[in-house]
Amino acid sequence: MSRPTAETAMLSLAAAKTVLETALLSSQEPLAIADLRKLFDEALGADTLRRLLDELREEWAGKGVELVHLASGWRFQTRPGLQHYLDRIDSDRAPRYSRAVLETLAIIAYRQPVTRGDIEDVRGVTVSANAIRALEARGWIDVVGHRDAPGRPALYATTKAFLDDLGLRSLQELPPLEEIAQTLQLEPAPVQQVSEAEIRHIGEEPHNEEQPHKATGTDG
Amino acid sequence: MPLELVHSQSQPVARVRGQPLHELPPDLYIPPEALEVFLETFQGPLDLLLYLIRKADIDVLDIPMARLTEQYLEYVEAMRHRNLELAAEYLVMAAMLMEIKSRMLLPRPRGADEDELDPRAELVRRLLEYERMKLAAQRLDRLPQRDRDFAAVEVWVERSAVQRLPNVSAGDLENAWRSLLARARLRQHHKVAREELSVREHMTLILRQLAGGAFHEFTQLFEPWRGVAALVVSFLALLELAREGLIEVTQAAPYAPIYVRLAGSGERAQP
Repeated sequence: MSRPTAETAMLSLAAAKTVLETALLSSQEPLAIADLRKLFDEALGADTLRRLLDELREEWAGKGVELVHLASGWRFQTRPGLQHYLDRIDSDRAPRYSRAVLETLAIIAYRQPVTRGDIEDVRGVTVSANAIRALEARGWIDVVGHRDAPGRPALYATTKAFLDDLGLRSLQELPPLEEIAQTLQLEPAPVQQVSEAEIRHIGEEPHNEEQPHKATGTDG
Repeated sequence: MPLELVHSQSQPVARVRGQPLHELPPDLYIPPEALEVFLETFQGPLDLLLYLIRKADIDVLDIPMARLTEQYLEYVEAMRHRNLELAAEYLVMAAMLMEIKSRMLLPRPRGADEDELDPRAELVRRLLEYERMKLAAQRLDRLPQRDRDFAAVEVWVERSAVQRLPNVSAGDLENAWRSLLARARLRQHHKVAREELSVREHMTLILRQLAGGAFHEFTQLFEPWRGVAALVVSFLALLELAREGLIEVTQAAPYAPIYVRLAGSGERAQP
């Protein structure tokens, strides 16, 4: 923009809000407050911006698209409830991740930074190279250093993109780890890889579903 | 009334695929083909152990090692029997379980302090940590995930096709012209004639200058107006003369002026 600063400073707050809205709608990646301030040549303060963003969020409340505050900044996203409609026109669905990938991710997320060896110790099996590769390709994990040990193994940690993609503001917002009671029943274990029909065949003990989950305050 | 067939056994408690079962299976009943699928879903020995523990409602803080080891080995055997690719870790765990079991069987010496580590402690720690992570993984998967549950919005931005051309002022043109001229001057045709220079000739010249034996200041022996080439040749001549021992070059102190005179001048008396 080659508009002089004086003119921009004279934008009404309403107009500024429109500018914010447009910028956010045109960017697939989250925009941080610092970025958004550049829209106005720093003429607007961070507090004002935040107020405008909150107002914007309110204004979009009833729509299928929502303004979300993420770890890396603000972004417009479709509401989760509508995804299955969208999937009908875009049949290119994201594949579900296997248990190996998810468990690897959980270990990295909750115990970071960790080496492959640490991951193996927890899972009890050799680390799946594919899992690491998939998570790296997704941009969710990164090598953040090396442990000062023989072989100088790489240390893995989660990225900002991981937080953004799961709607978390920070690692603090990760679901808290359960302190497992001795007799806490797990949910029917074989997820994803076994179809519903097969689970019925295997004959999950019926009383599992009726027993209330102890110590689970939140529903995931 | 249907005819009642007489059986030696009691009525079957259930029928599975038409075959009667006369007693409830003690274990979770898994039809053979499904068993293979089921076994394949275990992520490793810890996963299997956890399954056995939870299924039998075993108190993780007081695991009956003999029973658990036995069940574990049964499953491992079932997997091997089906030629499922068995990670080596399963066998390592089998060995570990048997070791723990035998350590539990050893008599505890009287008066042994209670702090003596329960041989199962490490195993329990690993099981609980794995279970924690397994649950955490399930919960992570339930969080709304980009591209699966929502999409990032990006509207189409119609970038305008108008070319923004840079501004040019008269002053810019003038400056451009001036620098062109200056460059042109630098690029004038410059004939470089090869001047025939002879180091020997210069050596003779210098010797003539030094005739009389007096000290001459170093810089006096050069003729800068004749150009760089001449300077170089004079210098070379001086070096050659010094090498041949025909001149003496002295300097009183670092950075002091350098003096040159004919060699042997000290001995000769001034005429």
